[in-house]
Amino acid sequence: MSEIAPEAVAEQVTPSAPDATAEVGRARRRTEDARLITGRTNWTDNIQLPGMLHVAFLRSPISHARIARIDADAARARPGVIAVLTGADLAGEQGSLPCAWPVTEDMVLPDHPPVAVDEVRYVGEPVAVVVARDRYAAVDALEAVDVDYEALPAVVDMERAIEEGADLVHAGEGTNKSYTWVFEAGDLDAAFRDAPVVIERRYVQQRLIPTAMEPRAVVCSAVGDEYTLWSATQIPHILRLMLATVTGIPEHRLRVIAPDVGGGFGSKLQVYGEEVVCLLLARRLGRPVKWTESRSEGNMAVHHGRDQIQRLSLAADRDGRIRGLKVDLLADMGAYLMLVTPGIPLLGAFMFNGIYKMDAYSFTCTGVFTNKTPTDAYRGAGRPEATFAIERLMDELANELGLDPLDVRRRNWIRHEEFPYDTIAGLTYDSGNYEAATEKALRLFEYDKLRAEQADRRDRGDPVQLGIGVSTFTEMCGLAPSRVLGSLSYGAGGWEHASVRVLPSGKVEVVTGSSAHGQGHETAWAQIAADRLGVPFEDVRVLHGDTGISPKGMDTYGSRSLAVGGVALFNACDKVIDKARRMAAHLLEADEGDIEFSGGSFAVKGVPGQARTLQEVALAAFAAHDLPKGFEPSLDSEATHDPENFSFPHGTHLCAAEVDTETGFVRIRSYVAVDDVGKVVNPLIVEGQVHGGLAQGIAQALYEEAVYDEDGNLTTTTMADYLVPSAADLPTFTTDRTETPATTNPLGVKGVGEAGTIASTPAVVNAIVDALRPYGVDDVPMPCTPERVWRALTAVRRGSAPPGGAPGPGAGGGLGSTEGTPGPGAGSGLGSAGGAA
Amino acid sequence: MPRVSVEVDGVRYDDDVEPRLLLAHHLRDRLGKVGTPIGCDTSNCGACTVLMDGLSVKSCSVLAVQADGHEITTIEGLGDGRTLHPMQRAFHEEHALQCGYCTPGMIMASLDLRRENADPSDEEIRAGLEGNLCRCTGYQNIVRAVRRAADDMRRSDQAEEAHR
Repeated sequence: MSEIAPEAVAEQVTPSAPDATAEVGRARRRTEDARLITGRTNWTDNIQLPGMLHVAFLRSPISHARIARIDADAARARPGVIAVLTGADLAGEQGSLPCAWPVTEDMVLPDHPPVAVDEVRYVGEPVAVVVARDRYAAVDALEAVDVDYEALPAVVDMERAIEEGADLVHAGEGTNKSYTWVFEAGDLDAAFRDAPVVIERRYVQQRLIPTAMEPRAVVCSAVGDEYTLWSATQIPHILRLMLATVTGIPEHRLRVIAPDVGGGFGSKLQVYGEEVVCLLLARRLGRPVKWTESRSEGNMAVHHGRDQIQRLSLAADRDGRIRGLKVDLLADMGAYLMLVTPGIPLLGAFMFNGIYKMDAYSFTCTGVFTNKTPTDAYRGAGRPEATFAIERLMDELANELGLDPLDVRRRNWIRHEEFPYDTIAGLTYDSGNYEAATEKALRLFEYDKLRAEQADRRDRGDPVQLGIGVSTFTEMCGLAPSRVLGSLSYGAGGWEHASVRVLPSGKVEVVTGSSAHGQGHETAWAQIAADRLGVPFEDVRVLHGDTGISPKGMDTYGSRSLAVGGVALFNACDKVIDKARRMAAHLLEADEGDIEFSGGSFAVKGVPGQARTLQEVALAAFAAHDLPKGFEPSLDSEATHDPENFSFPHGTHLCAAEVDTETGFVRIRSYVAVDDVGKVVNPLIVEGQVHGGLAQGIAQALYEEAVYDEDGNLTTTTMADYLVPSAADLPTFTTDRTETPATTNPLGVKGVGEAGTIASTPAVVNAIVDALRPYGVDDVPMPCTPERVWRALTAVRRGSAPPGGAPGPGAGGGLGSTEGTPGPGAGSGLGSAGGAA
Repeated sequence: MPRVSVEVDGVRYDDDVEPRLLLAHHLRDRLGKVGTPIGCDTSNCGACTVLMDGLSVKSCSVLAVQADGHEITTIEGLGDGRTLHPMQRAFHEEHALQCGYCTPGMIMASLDLRRENADPSDEEIRAGLEGNLCRCTGYQNIVRAVRRAADDMRRSDQAEEAHR
């Protein structure tokens, strides 16, 4: 089907063969594995301190209620119970949990006490805290706390929540709307006026639970007025500042440590009430405390992700050229605004246009309060939602015009010679080559062969139909240029810090403000430093995740570590070399301008044999016996890097799905992902990030959903109900890369943490819909469980969508991996095919 | 309180425990064997998998009293302290872990899988590890690692056999 086969284009972007001697580009096995595969880890829950007490939280079983009375006397009388505190007991010191992103000046930002005082607004909200001698005693005492709740109306449906006269989550605010944020570019009316093709759709981004494998945990100790808080967090630096702000404990008296952290995916990019309370308890009791959540507790109390209703209109010409796109979102905030809750959907505002050119674009997002767990960052954060919308629409457009979905994309995408390209959403994409990634993906996928098989199955009326899903995505990552964050009213900058210490023995310590929790910084950062400084990889140690050791940083999220923190490290290394060059010139009695640095050695230009290694220079600087005039006796250097632009990874993902039209069961037959993440420091780590990202994106398409009943009860509180896919539920992926270096940083890197998740969800759903097109199906709501696929088919066979329109999810509804027959039974509600409007 | 005697990674521990104490908590809180983490409370995730008399169990769904008189092997008891067990080595070589939280359980479950099937196919590995969840890797490299370890262990078994 290929209308172009630009081999020459593809050749330019073939990943460069690694230099045999270079560390960057090498598939180093990870340093951090040594402790992780032997159990010599330091998870927060592993920490035992002398005199340590254990904390448990009593949580609201009701989604919305006034707290009429709490009687904790019986709990306090239980053996081994040191303290029981209610929200009222903590009211004077607990403050309000911070929201760092007031997206509009008139944004409604309700008070958010760590422990509820008068009213609870979601199931799982803390109402009391018990401190006891061990974790069993603490949990036992929870049952003895007696709370009288006066139920209030539960607000669970976003569309109803914004109707006139709706029940309110925060009665005092007078509205369930937190904000409305608008972005407009181009003349949308002109684009839609007389447009020959207009596609209108309503898609639902279901609510997801991030589910890092390590549940949250906090340990806090107070010695005098010095506090140390260990937390399973992605953001020790931000957490330190925010905890100081909330509690009034001075920032310089507080040290925050993120020890080994078992995954985050955005869920540990947060300032949680439990962290605040543990700090207050350590202060109040003068003894160290530990809190570790259970999974069932965490499913209710860790912030959730996604949860948008998207109303989309796309105008196009007959030849498939896009004229304009209108996006109208309702974004569920949950009951409160947490650290970056309101900003998450806005991270998608600049991405709905994807890789395509268009004349006009309009984006409106209304943040809505409901009586549900607050939402916030989850892998991709705003960009998966946007990418899903545009990539689904591109397939709908292709279908409308009778074109191949790739042809429609080719007619609209930015051609490689057009970079840098200013998009309709106001971003400048610096580099990319969508043609090359697509051509490579098509070859690996055997696109034409699969299309032929699809045609054959259609002709034969095979009960198992084959669908092909396309997703040609880009994303903005490397968060973020501080000036851009400022223009979006974000509360902080987006720089990152690194320092490099060359020890007297010549060994190197790298300190980074990025806080890894599975990404492999200890390996990749050592590769960068080893290359730049010309020292052995083994001689570099990377320190992170402790504000006492790494005092400056903006932490890890938004695929920013390498594109921002890696560049800071690169720059810090250069400063070390500059200092060492001056010292070497002095030692070699040469002019600084005649000193050349390569392979870890400083030599005098044109004088063979005259050289000093970096290690020799470091030792001389340490001894300080003979320094250049005015030279400080140290090579140590630091750098803070603020990116000038986002980075824009892109790629082409192709999914072939077999859909059983009798049972609704979906099997991913093959999945090809060709990603362009720019230059690569460690291809092994990059591939691993892509694999994991794909798994989470596919899980949104097929398996996962946080389900609430009509009273606001979360019915997917356990891993038995919320289906995180197992090895048996996922296919083997074919991954490859093209490489167009980022032009906005010296490493040429773009970031890879979220790409797989962003790209894969629409690829899978497009494949399912493609399989079912001949039956008249044009949408299946996510997650596309066997039941929902079956109902979508049943509805069109009966000739009409069932009433209600909205899908009725049920706990365990995502059990797509089981081979049993679908149908009602697993879930409580009735599914429907009515996702498209 | 009942008294239990459990041998963990070659060391015998005698303790009085509450009847309801989970083996996972006994290992972590009482014996200091924190190499075995806990990831859920419904025995779905498998992070806490250990071997009991050579068979894999989820230590969150075994009571400490049920382990009385039994031998427990945790991730900390693999290898000989200096060299890695072939399964550990394979996880490292194949980049079969990222955050590493599921890894102890995944490795212990993989050992049990390999005990039952010395030459498992990819599909058999995927089915065999269904009770162990990983959120980071997408499982592809875990499957590779288990296959590689199985191959290595089979070869070394054969070499040992030939040597006899």
